[in-house]
Amino acid sequence: MKARVFITLKNGVLDPQGKAIGHALNGLGFGSVGEVRQGTVIDLELSGSDVEKARTDLKAMCEKLLANTVIEKYEIEIKQ
Amino acid sequence: MKSAVIVFPASNCDRDAKVALEQMTGKTPAMVWHQDSELPDVDLVVLPGGFSYGDYLRCGAMASQSAVMRSVKAHADKGGMVLGICNGFQVLTESHMLPGALMRNAALKFVCKPVGLEVQETQSGFTRKYENGQRVTFPVAHGEGSYFADEDTLDRLEGENRVAFRYAKGENPNGSARNIAGILSEKRNVLGLMPHPERVVDDVLGGTDGRGLFQSLIEALS
Repeated sequence: MKARVFITLKNGVLDPQGKAIGHALNGLGFGSVGEVRQGTVIDLELSGSDVEKARTDLKAMCEKLLANTVIEKYEIEIKQ
Repeated sequence: MKSAVIVFPASNCDRDAKVALEQMTGKTPAMVWHQDSELPDVDLVVLPGGFSYGDYLRCGAMASQSAVMRSVKAHADKGGMVLGICNGFQVLTESHMLPGALMRNAALKFVCKPVGLEVQETQSGFTRKYENGQRVTFPVAHGEGSYFADEDTLDRLEGENRVAFRYAKGENPNGSARNIAGILSEKRNVLGLMPHPERVVDDVLGGTDGRGLFQSLIEALS
């Protein structure tokens, strides 16, 4: 089973990298670009076929290590 | 005063901490490798600056999961003192031993320079030899030192007099919330700060403002 975890900064947490990317895109002539937020994608391969167990495990992984929930939120996507 | 310095892969201020502790206390600290699950019998544990585990995932995130950190937490839970400098501060927030998080500097640049600080709180074993409001200069050297916490947490830290060091007016090098440079734990036995007091304990290094922190520890722990 494959899973993908998206980690992004919570709303309200300043993202200086996203801001710099936005400015750079504006500078390249992409005037339509407004706010930009940068995040992290983590792909994982998991053994077993129990999707619910995988979801529970992935949530625990995010809480314990993958995300810093003081500043970040996460979304889990499971592909079978 | 007996002390230990934790050595993670890619710690690079572990020897600075060792030299400063030797010079200030007259005793050589134990250097403890991150895979050691037991700490020697010490009064103070120092988490040094550096780039533990190459800053993979987030600064301090991997180090917070290392074997030795369980013992460091147990040491703090028993009231033992823990000092986290720079990357050590990041490890302390990632370990939830201190609230908040250290984020990428607001200007996205690594800053490496002396900065002016104010000692905001002298009621602690780390700061008792300073005067309240005393201006000191410590060097900083970090890319991820912007202190962030939600407003309630910031209010609580200030309300409980747990902001030990603040960047002086106009000196905030990284965009830290409320100019916070260093904070104490609830029990006031854990201090995390981004600036480096261990780099200013000898005139030959360009300053001695950091001596007060070590003198405070010696007095508190003797």
